[in-house]
Amino acid sequence: MEIKKTAMAGTLESSDAQVTVEPGEGGIELLIESSVMYQYGRRIRTVALETLNRLGVTNARVTIFDKGALDCTIKARVECAVYRSNEITEQLPWGGVIR
Amino acid sequence: MRNAVGREIPEEILKETGKEAFRGAYAFDNYEYRKAAPTVHALNDPGRSKLVENIHEALVKCGIRDGMTLSFHHHFREGDYVVNMVMEEVHRMGVKDITICASSLGKANDPIVPYIEDGTITGLQSSGVRGRIGEAISNGKLKNLAIMRSHGGRVRAIESGEVHIDIAFIGAPTCDEYGNMRANGGKSDCGVLSYAMADAEYADRVVAVTDCLVPFPNIPASISMVHVDYVCVVDAIGNPEKIATGAAKPTTDVRKLMMADYCTQFVIHTPYFKEGFSYQTGVGGASIASTISLGKIMEERGIHMGLGLGGITTPMCELLEKGLIKKLVDTQDFDLGAIESIKTNPNHIEISASEYANPFNKGAYVNKLDFVILASLEVDVHFNCNVVVGSDGMISGAQGGHPDTAAGAKCTIVILPLLQGRIPAIRTDVTTVTTPGETVDVVITDYGIAINPRRQDLVECMKDVDLPFCTIEELRDKAYAMAGEPDAVPFEDRVVGIIEARDGTIMDVVHQRKEFSF
Repeated sequence: MEIKKTAMAGTLESSDAQVTVEPGEGGIELLIESSVMYQYGRRIRTVALETLNRLGVTNARVTIFDKGALDCTIKARVECAVYRSNEITEQLPWGGVIR
Repeated sequence: MRNAVGREIPEEILKETGKEAFRGAYAFDNYEYRKAAPTVHALNDPGRSKLVENIHEALVKCGIRDGMTLSFHHHFREGDYVVNMVMEEVHRMGVKDITICASSLGKANDPIVPYIEDGTITGLQSSGVRGRIGEAISNGKLKNLAIMRSHGGRVRAIESGEVHIDIAFIGAPTCDEYGNMRANGGKSDCGVLSYAMADAEYADRVVAVTDCLVPFPNIPASISMVHVDYVCVVDAIGNPEKIATGAAKPTTDVRKLMMADYCTQFVIHTPYFKEGFSYQTGVGGASIASTISLGKIMEERGIHMGLGLGGITTPMCELLEKGLIKKLVDTQDFDLGAIESIKTNPNHIEISASEYANPFNKGAYVNKLDFVILASLEVDVHFNCNVVVGSDGMISGAQGGHPDTAAGAKCTIVILPLLQGRIPAIRTDVTTVTTPGETVDVVITDYGIAINPRRQDLVECMKDVDLPFCTIEELRDKAYAMAGEPDAVPFEDRVVGIIEARDGTIMDVVHQRKEFSF
C-alpha cells in the first residue's frame, strides 16, 4: 500500500502506542521511542516492520511513541494508521492482510 | 565469583571493598565482633553554648574537611530540606570528596546532583535513591561505588565500624538549646526519629538542625543531648505538606483488591494467624487493602495482633484504636494519621532502627514477625526479589526494610501484579537481587499464587484452600506469553554500585547503564 498522507492511530496512554505514518522518501524510515525500549525495543521494531511488510508498505516514514503496548496493540495501531492514510476506515480486509 | 543467590560478583569488587560474597541469609548467626566507637568532644563547662548561628558555623566547628562522611536521616521523606541545605554549604565552602551516608534519599534531594558531578560528593551510601540521583549513579557520574543497604544493614555497618560517620546532621522537628530532639510538637513533625539514633550514638560530631527551638528540657527525647555537639536553628527543615500526606485513599482498583483478598485468605489459613500474632505491611494499595480486610476478620473472630511493626500507616493505627492491635512499634510514619497516633496513643511506640532490624545486635523486632506483606519490582523463579534497580537498569528504588523483614518473618508474602505495564514482574532473572529467595515464602499476583517449594509446610496448610495456586515458573510463563520475553538490559562493564546484604556481604552489583541501540 502507498502512504498517501500523514495519518495517526493510537494514544499516549499507558499500555498503548501512538503510531504516525507519513509518505516516505524511498524505503521505510522507522523511528521508535518507548518506555520499555531496553526490554522490548527490538521486538517493537520487528512487529512494526512485519506489519508494514504484510500491508505491502515499502515507502513510509513511521514514528512510534510506545507506552508499553503489547505486540497485538502495536500491530493494530500500525494497520489503522496505514489504512487511515488511504482514507479507508470501513470495509477493512479482516482476515485478509489484517489478521 | 558466584554468590549464594547465583549472582556474579567481580573479583576486583570483592578486593576493592574487602567484602565477601553473600553466603546465605543466616550465615552470620552468632558472629562475634567488637563495636566501633566515636571520638567524643566533652562538654564540661556549663557556660558553653551548643547553639550555632548557621550551617556554615556548624560545619566549621565540626572541622569539616575533604574526604569526610556526613550522615542524614530520611524521616522528612519527600519534604526533606536538610540534606540539600547542608550540601549546598559544603559545596559553597569548596569541600571535596564527601561521602553521604543517608538512611535514604529521594527526589527531594535532586538538587545535590550537581555536587556529584563536580566532585563535592564522591560516595553515596543509602537504602536507595530515586529521581535524578539514581540516574546520576546509573550513568556513572559518582566517583566511588554507591552502597545500597537495608535499614538494618545500615545500623550494622555503623555499629561495626564498616562506615564511620564524621558528622551527623539530624533534622529535629523540636529541639532545645542542649540538643534534646523530639519528632513531634513543631511545624515539621515526622512522628519518630528512629533512623537517626545510630548516627547520634556513633558519629564523631552530631549537629541537631531544627526549625522549632523549645525550652529546655525537651523530653522525653527521641535523641538525647548527651550525643549532640551543636544545635542549629534554621527557617525550615522540611515541607510539612510533603513530609506527611493525608492517608492514601483505600484503593478501588479491582485487581489490587483481588490480590489483597488472596493475601488475607492466605494469611488466615496459616497456623500463625492466632491470638497475639505479629504483622508488618507496606504502603502499597494492595498491602493497605489487605490490612483493612484482615482487620475485619480479626474483629469477627476476636483475634488480636500482639505486635504491629514497621513503617506505619493510618489503617494500622485504626486497628490500634479499635483495640485489635496491642502494641504498634514504629520506625517511620508514612502519613498524618500515623503521626497523630504516636502523639496520642500510649501503645504506639517509637523504636530505633537497630531495635527494628539490625542483624548484628542481640535480636531485633523483625525476628519476631509472623507475617510481613511486601511489594517488589521483580521476582525471579528462585523467589529472589529486586526492589532497587528498575527493569530498565536505572537505580530507582530502595531496599528499606525489605530484606530485613523477609529474613525475620515466619511468613514473607510478596504481592505484585504479574505485569507492570508491559514489564513481566515474574521472570527468569531479576535485574539485581536485593532480597534472597530463601527468605521469601509466597508470591501473590493477579494471575495466581506461588508458594516457595522450600515451604512444604505452607503448601500442606493450603491443600484444601480455594485459592489459585500455581508454580512460580507458571507465573513467569503466563507473563512472557502476554508481554513477550524481555531482552536483557545492556550494561557497561563498570560497576557503579553494590547491593549490600544485611550482613555486609555483597548480594549483587549494579553496572553502569549503556545507551540503547538496535
